[in-house]
Amino acid sequence: MSILQVLDLGLAILVLAVAGWTIAARELFASVVGYVAYGLLLSIVWIRLYAPDVALTEAAIGSGVTGVLLVTSGARLKRAGNVEAAEPSGPSQRFLAAALAVLVAAALATVILLLPEPPPTLAPEAGQQLAATGLANPVTAVLIAYRSFDTMLEKIVLVLAVVGVWSLAPDRVWGGAPAPLGRARPEGPLLFLDQALVPLGILVGIHIFWVGADEPGGAFQGGAILAAMWMIVMISRLTEPPRVGARWLRLALVAGPAVFLAVGLAGPGMGGSFFAYPAGFAKPIILFIEAFMVLSIAATLPMLVAGPPRRSPER
Amino acid sequence: MSLALDLFTLAAIGAGAFFFFAGTVGLLRFPDSLTRLHALTKADNLGLGLVVLGLLPRSGSLLDALRLIAIWALVQLPGAATAQLIGRALSRRRAAE
Repeated sequence: MSILQVLDLGLAILVLAVAGWTIAARELFASVVGYVAYGLLLSIVWIRLYAPDVALTEAAIGSGVTGVLLVTSGARLKRAGNVEAAEPSGPSQRFLAAALAVLVAAALATVILLLPEPPPTLAPEAGQQLAATGLANPVTAVLIAYRSFDTMLEKIVLVLAVVGVWSLAPDRVWGGAPAPLGRARPEGPLLFLDQALVPLGILVGIHIFWVGADEPGGAFQGGAILAAMWMIVMISRLTEPPRVGARWLRLALVAGPAVFLAVGLAGPGMGGSFFAYPAGFAKPIILFIEAFMVLSIAATLPMLVAGPPRRSPER
Repeated sequence: MSLALDLFTLAAIGAGAFFFFAGTVGLLRFPDSLTRLHALTKADNLGLGLVVLGLLPRSGSLLDALRLIAIWALVQLPGAATAQLIGRALSRRRAAE
């Protein structure tokens, strides 16, 4: 066995161990920390599978943003009452859950073992058509050109998630702002992060989006970094979460899917079909769509973390 | 020349790995939160710094080398800030007790 294989084996065992620990941890916060570590390890696994795009997304969304979401919802649950002291489920319920989990795992394992050798792939075709899109990163080509409809629906799902979170608000605070993140008094180290990290982070986010056309990166990863920067500024209380009724916020949330859909609908008008980009002009259009998607993702993720409106709009 | 650079890379990355190892041992074995925090910050500051230093001669271009240094510097910012935040939270808790 070569040294890389030994490292891969170690990584696989580590991922499984952290996953097991995350499930077994008795404390809510501990299991969230375990989940974040699990996501970071998974992104190393994706790097080892030569999928840097997926690795970036896993680190930013799977580990970073989901981690913040779980930490804040954990804190809210704790304030609402001690969730960890809840009645443990009975043996029959546990047996049912275990049986269901084993069934799903067995089904997945069977499917993977039954895959034909070599597995079916569209990668060569995707590579051949790459020149027509003007892009050099095949992952971005799949997301915004070949399967653009799927990607647009994914963005709409994100907006629906925000609508779902907002719909938890009582009527009297509708249109108001979510509760502020973080403590009332700004802390020195957080202000330092605001000054030193946030400007750099905004540059890095835009850079990741821009290079996504030719190298690993893209709208989702860049948008997630921008979202993280906004969250840092909100957590340090330099800025408060905006009113959910604010026009600019609504526009930012729907800009990505709306522009995407508009371009898709313009396809038939320009003599093509739904979501057909005009030949020779594909790359500028793709970057145009992606720029608005970056904006929407950067607005959506922090609003998911901020939660439903809590303060009435008048104040 | 290339042998000397290889030896430099090996020595620097080895020293970096040692700091990560020592930091991890400290994180697991030190008695209270503040000393554990102390061990952890040494690992990501010095450990990563030495690994980056060792990788510098291996980077293909000046831009790649600057990127490596930028990664180290970017890790320092949240690392230092979170260490301060955790330390302050600990001292607040200590004052409250």
